[in-house]
Amino acid sequence: MDVKLRVWRQGGAFGAGSFKEYSAAGISPEASFLEMLDIVNEELTAAGEEPIVFDHDCREGICGTCGLMINGQPHGPQQGTATCQLHMRKFSDGETIVIEPWRAAAFPVIKDLVVDRSAFDRIVEVGGFISVATGAAPDANLIPVPRDAAEASMDAAACIGCGACVAACPNSAGQLFTAAKHGHLSLLPQGQPERLQRAQAMVDVMEKFFGSCTNHAECETACPKGISIDYIAQLNKDYVKSQVANRNLAGQK
Amino acid sequence: MTITLDSKVPSGDIADMWDNHRFNIRLVNPSNKRKYKIIVVGTGLAGASAAATLAELGYEVEAFTYHDTTRRAHSIAAQGGINAAKNYPNDGDSIHRLFYDTVKGGDYRSREANVYRLAQVSNEIIDQATAQGVPFARDYGGLLDNRSFGGAQVSRTFYARGQTGQQLLLGAYQALARQVGLGNVKLHVRSEMLEVVMKDGHAAGIVTRDLTNGTISSHSAHAVVLATGGYSNVYYLSTNAMACNVTAAWRAHRKGALMANPCYTQIHPTCIPASDEFQSKLTLMSESLRNDGRIWVSKTADDARAANDIPEAERDYYLERIYPSFGNLAPRDVSSRAAMRMIEQEKGVGPLHNGVYLDFAESINRLGKDTIEARYGNLFEMYERITDENPYQVPMRIYPAPHYTMGGLWVDYNLMTNLPGLYAIGEANFSDHGANRLGASALMQGLADGYFVLPYTIGDYLADYLNTEPVPTSDPVFTEVEQAVADRTRKFLATKGTRSVDWFHRELGKIMLSNCGMARSASGLEKALSEIPALKDEFEKDVRVLGESDDMNQALENAGRVADFFELAEVMCRDALDRKESAGGHFRVEHQTDEGEAQRDDVNYSHVSAWEWKGPGQAAVKHKEPLEFKYVKLAQRSYK
Repeated sequence: MDVKLRVWRQGGAFGAGSFKEYSAAGISPEASFLEMLDIVNEELTAAGEEPIVFDHDCREGICGTCGLMINGQPHGPQQGTATCQLHMRKFSDGETIVIEPWRAAAFPVIKDLVVDRSAFDRIVEVGGFISVATGAAPDANLIPVPRDAAEASMDAAACIGCGACVAACPNSAGQLFTAAKHGHLSLLPQGQPERLQRAQAMVDVMEKFFGSCTNHAECETACPKGISIDYIAQLNKDYVKSQVANRNLAGQK
Repeated sequence: MTITLDSKVPSGDIADMWDNHRFNIRLVNPSNKRKYKIIVVGTGLAGASAAATLAELGYEVEAFTYHDTTRRAHSIAAQGGINAAKNYPNDGDSIHRLFYDTVKGGDYRSREANVYRLAQVSNEIIDQATAQGVPFARDYGGLLDNRSFGGAQVSRTFYARGQTGQQLLLGAYQALARQVGLGNVKLHVRSEMLEVVMKDGHAAGIVTRDLTNGTISSHSAHAVVLATGGYSNVYYLSTNAMACNVTAAWRAHRKGALMANPCYTQIHPTCIPASDEFQSKLTLMSESLRNDGRIWVSKTADDARAANDIPEAERDYYLERIYPSFGNLAPRDVSSRAAMRMIEQEKGVGPLHNGVYLDFAESINRLGKDTIEARYGNLFEMYERITDENPYQVPMRIYPAPHYTMGGLWVDYNLMTNLPGLYAIGEANFSDHGANRLGASALMQGLADGYFVLPYTIGDYLADYLNTEPVPTSDPVFTEVEQAVADRTRKFLATKGTRSVDWFHRELGKIMLSNCGMARSASGLEKALSEIPALKDEFEKDVRVLGESDDMNQALENAGRVADFFELAEVMCRDALDRKESAGGHFRVEHQTDEGEAQRDDVNYSHVSAWEWKGPGQAAVKHKEPLEFKYVKLAQRSYK
């Protein structure tokens, strides 16, 4: 199949970007989307033009490195699929495909289609963990975890940190990412002692970088792992509780 | 440099060695730990767990990753599970049995003492991960569930759906993030280590390149830990992530660290077959699928019928036929070679005749679709996304693909390479899996090294350097290496040839896969040893890398990695040629039993082959570490 590409090329966070047009001819429908870009890059290299820079690594939908805005949809047209698992059979012959980086103030462009998502790590660093130093753990079967709680925790823990939720959001909010981490840890008995401090700390840092959630739910649709916005509701509830409870804990009734 | 390989294995009974060793090695006083700086390169399971644990202990840690965040390392892609000797299912497991299975699974080519220690700490890993919030699968009573894996007759594998590696890595990532947030770890992301720096025979630090702007800089420390993974990408097509490479280990090798058993590579039996030639990587389907899937091909060669049109009586469930007691759960090397033989007999399935069937029809009938979906739903979805076929209705097609490398930097019992102050942990070292790794043991080893071994053993080395400063980065040893790194980078850009880096990588992969892959012969290896240097020569003259060195430049990053793969490929072939026996993943066609199984030569090859770098174009020199087996009886491995 033959497709036309309109690809965003940009030299850096402060460089002026623009769309460039390329054509990809004779692509097999069995090729993955990123393999199609590989082929375009090989042709660009042969023609003496610098290849398109895009982030990718595992190419099996789990590392969360890849992330392209394809025809205005994060990770493209197939639901529940990261860019690297998208295949050309989902496109039609002769189609024009528009490829952009994630667009969000919290994710500055590094080059072409590569953005800096380190704001996510800043959120995790202040609370996205259970404080347990190596060696301090009791026997794993000491605390039974109801199966449904473990499953719900796992649903949230499936987040790959790709940033599609932020890219999809009209406000560039980081709620779904933050709520997924909070949900993963706070649904487990092990996560209870720090639950409300975690909610407050993560939300406070999140708000320094990202916009506010106004319940568009675009994030849920864009999420390659299908993480539910129910977790946002839980995070909000815990955040409200934390405003009272954390002060009480600090003796500031 | 004279090299003596001292494994530093403690004396005494194997069950007491680790305890005795921990008592005998030197400790660093808690208030002195902050006076030491340790560099950890790589932040996968081994690196992140080590960096977090060292920081918790009080050391000053600097961690480096070429990813944009530490949560991306390829440990994340491990699907099936992690082994431990908990014996929760009460099926007769024990530390000794896990030890025994691992040594046997490795075809008696690993160091007994290391493997025993691995089995000993395996249980602590499960405790630690659970406390961190890793959502392992549970039964209805809320207790942890187990499943079985290849090469074992007990259920000892803990899992989190098909995403066990992801969840364990997130546990380690979060522990590391906590230490970064507390200011105990300085983290460098998008930063690739390009050289180890040595001073007076000791590791003094590393030189890195910032991948966003090309800045080359030096970092010094009292000790350097490499947790940089394996080298399956030497085959170009593998289940590894695109960026996985050997550069960190290889640059250490060029500085004198020995590369042990590089020919021991694992070809994983259950991957999705390639669909065409521009395929960029192969996707693994978890080995856990073999718990409920049955592997078969048609009894007739070149059978053009669709899978569901082939009647039961005309199917050959060859693993169940050849290995009745292990059946579809025969170890990886054995299963892979069996699949290879089916293809050689022209029984391959799929459009390119490059696969075998993995069929769930019987399990779906017996257990119901819901149970199968609960166990493997995400894997089935992934399969369907890639192949556009529904595995609930038609059997999966699978074929072996390079997946893991048992070989790696030689390390002693303390996980230190032969270069003082330089450590290697996780897949980057060679120590625990012998000639073949069992499923669900990579996660176990990476975390054992990072959480529970290195943080203790490193103190023994550091104790000598109390109140000393690391070598300053202004020292000529650093500035010279920085210059060499900058020159090498510039040279790739200045070559201005006609072919892309990927083209050379693909060609190298073809040479390696056909001559140093699932089956190896003296003539094939010799052929590879003449083709690789020729291709490397061509690479040096004709590679085309566009763009600048002071900018994000992925082709440039890749050029350095592929250049190192060329040199590694040579020593892999040399090692494979030298090892005139078959063991685990290393299968020499000249050395097989009448039934086509690997035939070891314990008299002549019961040793670790550790190769010393002698310079570009020079043949590497082999050193031997003899392997002694006191607790496991050497036997022809049988899974019948």
